[in-house]
Amino acid sequence: MKHIAISVLGAAAAIGLMASAASADTLSDVKAKGFVQCGVNTGLAGFSAPNDKGEWTGIDVDFCRAVAAAVFGDGTKVKFTGLSAKDRFTALQSGEIDILSRNTTWTINRDTALGLNFAGVTYYDGQGFMINSKKLPGVNSALQLSGAAICVQSGTTTELNLADYFKANKMEYNPVVFEKFEEANAAYDAGRCDAYTTDQSGLYAVRLQMSSPNDHVVLPEIISKEPLGPSVRQGDDKWLDIVKWTYFALLNAEEAGVTQANVDEMKNSDNPDIKRLLGSEAETKIGTDLGVSNDWVVNIVKATGNYGEIFERNVGQGSPLKIARGINALWTKGGLQYGMPIR
Amino acid sequence: MAQEVYHEAEPAKASLLYDPKVRGIAFQVILIALLVLGIWWIVDNTIVNLRRSNISTGFGFLRGRSGFDISDRMIDYGSDSSYGRALVVGILNTAVVAISGIITATIVGFLVGVGRLSNNWLIRKLAMVYVEVFRNIPPLLVILFWYQGVLALLPNVRDSFALPFGSFLNNRGFYFPRFVWGDGSWLILAGLLAGILLSWYVARRAYARQMATGQRFPVFWTSLALIVGMPLLGYFLGGLPVSMDFPQKGTFNLTGGTNVKPEFLSLFLALSFYTASFIAEIVRAGIVGVPKGQTEAYSALGLRSGQGLRLVVIPQAMRIIIPPLTSQYLNLTKNSSLAVAIGYPDLYAIGGTILNQTGQAIEVVVIFGIVYLGISIFTSVLMNWFNTKMALKER
Repeated sequence: MKHIAISVLGAAAAIGLMASAASADTLSDVKAKGFVQCGVNTGLAGFSAPNDKGEWTGIDVDFCRAVAAAVFGDGTKVKFTGLSAKDRFTALQSGEIDILSRNTTWTINRDTALGLNFAGVTYYDGQGFMINSKKLPGVNSALQLSGAAICVQSGTTTELNLADYFKANKMEYNPVVFEKFEEANAAYDAGRCDAYTTDQSGLYAVRLQMSSPNDHVVLPEIISKEPLGPSVRQGDDKWLDIVKWTYFALLNAEEAGVTQANVDEMKNSDNPDIKRLLGSEAETKIGTDLGVSNDWVVNIVKATGNYGEIFERNVGQGSPLKIARGINALWTKGGLQYGMPIR
Repeated sequence: MAQEVYHEAEPAKASLLYDPKVRGIAFQVILIALLVLGIWWIVDNTIVNLRRSNISTGFGFLRGRSGFDISDRMIDYGSDSSYGRALVVGILNTAVVAISGIITATIVGFLVGVGRLSNNWLIRKLAMVYVEVFRNIPPLLVILFWYQGVLALLPNVRDSFALPFGSFLNNRGFYFPRFVWGDGSWLILAGLLAGILLSWYVARRAYARQMATGQRFPVFWTSLALIVGMPLLGYFLGGLPVSMDFPQKGTFNLTGGTNVKPEFLSLFLALSFYTASFIAEIVRAGIVGVPKGQTEAYSALGLRSGQGLRLVVIPQAMRIIIPPLTSQYLNLTKNSSLAVAIGYPDLYAIGGTILNQTGQAIEVVVIFGIVYLGISIFTSVLMNWFNTKMALKER
């Protein structure tokens, strides 16, 4: 009897401890444990995938490094958790991770009912289709896909857009739904489906993983808006601010021409905008007001480079994907990336 | 005398603290109170935390539009249907794979189990190899073996294997012709029902006659003629109402006919063959568990070994077989949730999608628990009823 009573109490206490782990002050928690826990994709080239040395690389990964650099002044103080599309929100809600940076589309439902807050859009994407042109030589538009079997990952906006697109165009299709990205890729490569659908950036990445990449073509139609960005738990404005302004700092650094190579030299610049950005203005309080050190932008740029550098290194010309900047260019160059002023 | 001594030793006059009965009840009350308190605390803590993180709660989301499609479905469903209906589709898919799996596993299991006791060396050893191979591999591996190792290697749609009766086999599954029931088809069904009823009547009469006069009647052939003949009669009377819809090559897939998808096939085959290996051992144990005297007794009565097995050994073996068989049926049903690895839309896969689209983790997990518990309890009740029916009736 006594033993049972003690174990019941023990179990209750253990659950109580777990519940209190997801407290509302993420910044203090992160500082106390000494690293940022970041939820990323298990393997999407260009966004988050381990390289041949076993290090995580990609836009989403670099963004987490930038946040770690802002908080600790050291971009390596970050740990990554690979998550499937299905597990990602639960992981964030339960406090298992501090930031979700996993090519996640910003939607109103996720922002409200799921208890998340999106901090910005690190990549403007749209959903597309890929087919095997060897097996389907006549197909050059998504509108010809009526009756096709389509591989898709479950629990994504992709799955919903797919249903809407085929319904709107009065076409039939046969969804083959997988929980894991890798399973969907393998099934498409094995010929289980006629077409594969995900965000266009993802299609280019998946194409490289196919047994014969040159046989696969990405169809021209973009059927949805997919603004991908990092998110945090609701109810912690301070942490949201840090994540949000890390993103804006990356954009402002690019706009001001501050790069990984010239950041130390730029600290001595006479330009008041750059001085303010890099915290070399006298008596500045910008960084400390945010809850980090005043040279936070210098730390970020040293760790990862500015937004443009992150983009080119991971998905742009410096990567196998070779995706053009397009709408992800800065607003000054006709794109949508617009960093709010740091002043 | 003795009674008086006993009365004096009665502890009721002493402190209640030392009364084992009172003490037992007190401890149980304390335990239940702690348990209720613990559960209440967990529930309250969950609700407070969910509210604090602005996550909506409750089961109202089940009425919302699902927005996603499901390929395998027993009932009408589209992206405009509700989440609740999507869950029903998933529950039905789980039920289909569980029931068909249980039937096949039982048949294969009985055959292999009897085979292990065969006098034929080859059959005995083959059955043994089968059992040892399948029961020593994790079920997930067996599923992936069928999905990626067998079905994915079939040719693509354009080079489908053509099978008899207009059926095709390719890496999109198994396609076979479908009956299209026209007006007057009810006559066929009526014929079938009439055939079954008449056969039952004939069998009863034949049994009664054999008991009375000892004369035998060819019940099997008469029943077969009735069960096949009556629907045929209905078919002709109804003016040949049935036509066939054959699978044909469309732009991408074969269209028309019925398509059994590779996801279902691999899950069904894997679960059936995996569970069959356990059932085979249970059957073997059941048969071996019948005392040898019974075998000798039926031989002494002049029954052939087939008859003896059917009339004497198996009925007794069933009493040993049924209880562990129930556990295997429950295992098979629960293992069907491994479908998620190959994209078969069972309850677990669809529930997972709903969980992710709505973020209602706790609610969906509660539904999982209730449904699997419900299916399992239903199976148990059914099997317990069957067990009582098969139990030794002493006359």
